[in-house]
Amino acid sequence: MSLLQINNLSVRFGDANAVPVVDGLDLSVDKGEVLAIVGESGSGKSVTMMALMGLIDAPGKVSADQLQFDGTDMLRLKGKQRRHIVGKDLSMVFQDPMTSLNPSFTVGFQIEEVLRQHLGLSGKQARQRALQLLERVEIPAAESRLGAYPHQLSGGMSQRVAIAMAIAAEPKLLIADEPTTALDVTIQAQIMELLLGLQREQDMALVLITHDLAVVAETAQRVCVMYAGQAVEVGQVPQLFEAPTHPYTEALLKAIPEHSLGAQRLATLPGIVPGRYDRPHGCLLAPRCPYAQARCHEQRPALEPHERGAVRCFFPLNLNAEVA
Amino acid sequence: MLSFIARRLGLLIPTFFGVTLLTFALIRMIPGDPVEVMMGERRVDPVMHAQAMERLGLNKPLYAQYLDYIGNLAQGDLGESLRTRTSVWDEFLTLFPATLELSLAALLFAGSLGLVAGVVAALKRGSMFDHGVMGISLAGYSMPIFWWGLLLIMFFSVWLGWTPVSGRIDLLYDIPPVTGFMLIDSLLSGEEGAFVDALRHLILPAIVLGTIPLAVIARMTRSAMLEVLGEDYVRTARAKGLSPARVVFIHGLRNALIPVLTVFGLQVGTLLAGAVLTETIFSWPGIGKWLIESIGARDYPVVQNGILLIACLVIMVNFVVDILYGLANPRIRHQR
Repeated sequence: MSLLQINNLSVRFGDANAVPVVDGLDLSVDKGEVLAIVGESGSGKSVTMMALMGLIDAPGKVSADQLQFDGTDMLRLKGKQRRHIVGKDLSMVFQDPMTSLNPSFTVGFQIEEVLRQHLGLSGKQARQRALQLLERVEIPAAESRLGAYPHQLSGGMSQRVAIAMAIAAEPKLLIADEPTTALDVTIQAQIMELLLGLQREQDMALVLITHDLAVVAETAQRVCVMYAGQAVEVGQVPQLFEAPTHPYTEALLKAIPEHSLGAQRLATLPGIVPGRYDRPHGCLLAPRCPYAQARCHEQRPALEPHERGAVRCFFPLNLNAEVA
Repeated sequence: MLSFIARRLGLLIPTFFGVTLLTFALIRMIPGDPVEVMMGERRVDPVMHAQAMERLGLNKPLYAQYLDYIGNLAQGDLGESLRTRTSVWDEFLTLFPATLELSLAALLFAGSLGLVAGVVAALKRGSMFDHGVMGISLAGYSMPIFWWGLLLIMFFSVWLGWTPVSGRIDLLYDIPPVTGFMLIDSLLSGEEGAFVDALRHLILPAIVLGTIPLAVIARMTRSAMLEVLGEDYVRTARAKGLSPARVVFIHGLRNALIPVLTVFGLQVGTLLAGAVLTETIFSWPGIGKWLIESIGARDYPVVQNGILLIACLVIMVNFVVDILYGLANPRIRHQR
């Protein structure tokens, strides 16, 4: 059984008629697996994971047929029970490390808080464990950093602290929401390496939310491509990169600058993501899709499994392609 | 930190001269002089008047009077009251605890209620409670103190008879002043019922004086809290699985307190201005009432130096608030 099983998850802001930000999403994550969720801004990547963490506030509404984590139905959990899981077995690292640490408290305090809450550690024990964690995320002079305030740390350091906080209670699933977007390039690779090292070492599952396909190719075992709140393609790495089956995935791959070496212009997908008032009746990509046919504009395709994964398209590409 | 303190102390000098010049000039602009007021309705014999003025040193040219005044101040001499012939400093020391007690009670009332109301309004944003609190605090802020005071006296003291109309304690009690705080002294005196009586005297004036700070603190807390609750680090705190109370009061309020603290410091000036009116309404024997009476009597030394002392006090309080601000906000602490 998979560690995380999501069936038909929808998140809306407003009443039942509001356009869903996440629209009927199916997703599963196995123990110890690295899954990447990719998609452009506003495609619902973060909101999906926030819904799982219980971080969606009114007027946001979360509904799902199944939202199961480690055998627990997260949707029915209330208050205290949820807080036993969130931050312990299921934890999250956010995008902007400079704002996601509390400026008024020391790094040590913020890490120890997790240890107190979930592991019942206190005093010296908590201090000791916090120090180990800082060392584990490769912060130099860890001892002296325990008493530092977030504003005294660089972005990369702050993200390491945030990671230390997230792995403090040895989670089974770590969600990293664009963990490197706010950092400069040299630091990005270090942080990714750190995350993957932790993932292997502790055998925890890692969900990596990103729009950097290069990162996905190097790190993930499986990819879920999202578009306008829906999963449009799920597949294995590297097969998905070699032979994408959804036109949107193909367009994303074409838009990587390295893939258009020699070309005059970078390939782009014309148009923009449908908004609240121009949501298509049929396939959500149809207005922008170069392969769209009459049927695409009338009916909405479902996510259909195939040999190498799943695709939400009436006319999938490369289905019979020979891939390694 | 030391250079910061030195800079702030340096700023005191021009403020100090400004205050002395202003009070010196203003009190002399009011028609009438101390001698006339003392003689009352009776005709003042011009010769007697001139003699009295000369004895008080008020016949000298204004610049000479001002220089005398500054010269005395430089020697630490605050002069003596024209009416009572006691030193201004002694009178101030005797009366100040009453004002301090009233102000602290008002701040306690405003601070505790304002923080709670502001936080709850922010958490229930857009609810009836939120609109209610914001509406009431706007009304409270706009309320003229003297009118509000009289209204409360009429309602609670006259109609309901719950609280006394004026003073710090009933005349039946003879409380020896030890600390100058009636609540403490009445406890120390051991007289039965004295403490409760002192408390009953304190409640209404404290509420009246605390109304404006309460309104300001409630509104400021609400907006600071709303801003803070949308911050990423609050989301992080929730993602750690912390209880909502811990998220709001530890991670949220701690940061929201920074702007509230600044406003709190600024309110001290407002508070002392309000104390003048409140003490007059409730016959509260503090420095506010003392100043009003001294202005009426054209008691020049008391008015000049009383206001100077109050100004020093306001500056000092703001100074302390600045230091507290640094304690609450590590980013500021480390800059200095």
